Amino acid sequence: MTEVLRCILHRDLLLALRNRGDVGTALLFFVIVTTLFPLGIGAEPALLRAIAPGAIWVAALLSSLLSLGRLFAADHADGTLEQILLGAAPLGAVVAAKTLAHWLVSGLPLVLIAPLIALQYDLPARLHGVLVLSLLLGTPVLSLIGAIGAALTLGLRGGGVLLSLLVLPLYVPVLIMGAGGVEMAAAGASAQGHLLLLAAMLVGAAAFAPWAIAAALRISAE
Amino acid sequence: MTATSTNWFWYASPQTFYPLAGKIARVAGIAAVLLAVAGLYVGFVVAPTDAQQGEAYRIIFIHVPAAWMSMFIYVVMAIWAALGLALNTRLSGMMASALAPTGALFTFIALWTGSLWGKPTWGTYWVWDARLTSELILLFLYFGFMALQAAIDDPRRADRAGAVLAIVGVVNIPIIYFSVQWWNTLHQGASVSLKSAPTMAASMFSGMILMAFAFWMYSIAVTLVRVRCIIRERG
Amino acid sequence: MSEFLAMGGYAWYVWGSYGVTFLALLLEVVFLMKRSREAKT
Repeated sequence: MTEVLRCILHRDLLLALRNRGDVGTALLFFVIVTTLFPLGIGAEPALLRAIAPGAIWVAALLSSLLSLGRLFAADHADGTLEQILLGAAPLGAVVAAKTLAHWLVSGLPLVLIAPLIALQYDLPARLHGVLVLSLLLGTPVLSLIGAIGAALTLGLRGGGVLLSLLVLPLYVPVLIMGAGGVEMAAAGASAQGHLLLLAAMLVGAAAFAPWAIAAALRISAE
Repeated sequence: MTATSTNWFWYASPQTFYPLAGKIARVAGIAAVLLAVAGLYVGFVVAPTDAQQGEAYRIIFIHVPAAWMSMFIYVVMAIWAALGLALNTRLSGMMASALAPTGALFTFIALWTGSLWGKPTWGTYWVWDARLTSELILLFLYFGFMALQAAIDDPRRADRAGAVLAIVGVVNIPIIYFSVQWWNTLHQGASVSLKSAPTMAASMFSGMILMAFAFWMYSIAVTLVRVRCIIRERG
Repeated sequence: MSEFLAMGGYAWYVWGSYGVTFLALLLEVVFLMKRSREAKT
């Protein structure tokens, strides 16, 4: 099974890197959205410091949604997905690998650029660590849950918006724990509770989402 | 031991279920009206005025039963969906689809009445109370389910895709509720919560229960009529 | 009777709630009956 994982991961990463434009746009979207909040709310430093965790997290949610459409669409279009479904490889492993590749390309860049965005919001340096950690734990969960939505809405008209409607309510706990953790740390308390819950969500999603994604793919692709 | 065994799948066929659904719907509809009359009588005539909230608390006789139904229907919907996936019966998927609009409606009613109850008692039309916020997210979950099914032309795929979504949703509801509650206790001042209902006089409680049963019977009636429509439409 | 309608000053909230609820349920039934009639053709 690790052979399958490695193979799919390698393939998906290769494909993603060949279309560097896609990767770049998701990241750029993240940066632009975080720029919009101060423009809309006002640049008062105290206010920005207060909304920073929430704004950055919401931007991460929206970027994640944007990039999910790509997860299965290309393979579905050229018939690769059908081959995968017919093949001998366990579908759960395949989708896990694809989702991991997707996160490495769409989620991890957000985690890495977050400290720069935090600087824009004048978030104190001591909070950068918690922010990065919360995003590091949370963005894979977003990819996993989002992949379920992507599989369900495969090939449907109104795809992107429908995907958002399906997935955003499910994102709420991740948002609450992620942003909440940073806000706790900002208030001087420990973010440990929030981060541990995020970790629990990650473990839960990693364990159960592949089943749901696989089931959804079979339903959509046949 | 009986000589004949029960065929539990007798009514799993839409054709045989159709007349049964009609009969049950009629009985449930009548029961709903009777229970509603009883409940409203208890709620308005028997139950006394509340010491703290005056007459405004009487909204509780709709708000709480509607909220209960909104959650109950989602769970039932998920159960039918799971049955449909597991047993591959068409009728199960139809039942899930038939339940969704009524569930969404009760969620809306819970939110609306909650909002109108909040204004006189807490001063604002919307409070980010854990329950109201979770209820709002539940409404989005219902809409997502209905939107997904509406977007898929093939009824089999629509049923099964909806089923996966409903199951994922029902698993997430406790998680969503818990995280919203956590968020709420950290952000809110202590007083703003619709949880602190008036101390229940027996009449208030029975009024609520009667209305809850009335809504339940109503849901059964409406859902069964709707599933009959779906059976006819899919032919 | 007018006391009943006034609901201790909370008429807007109480009747607003009951009214919209009743209306919503009524609309659901009306639309369902319409759908039922159309399905039977």
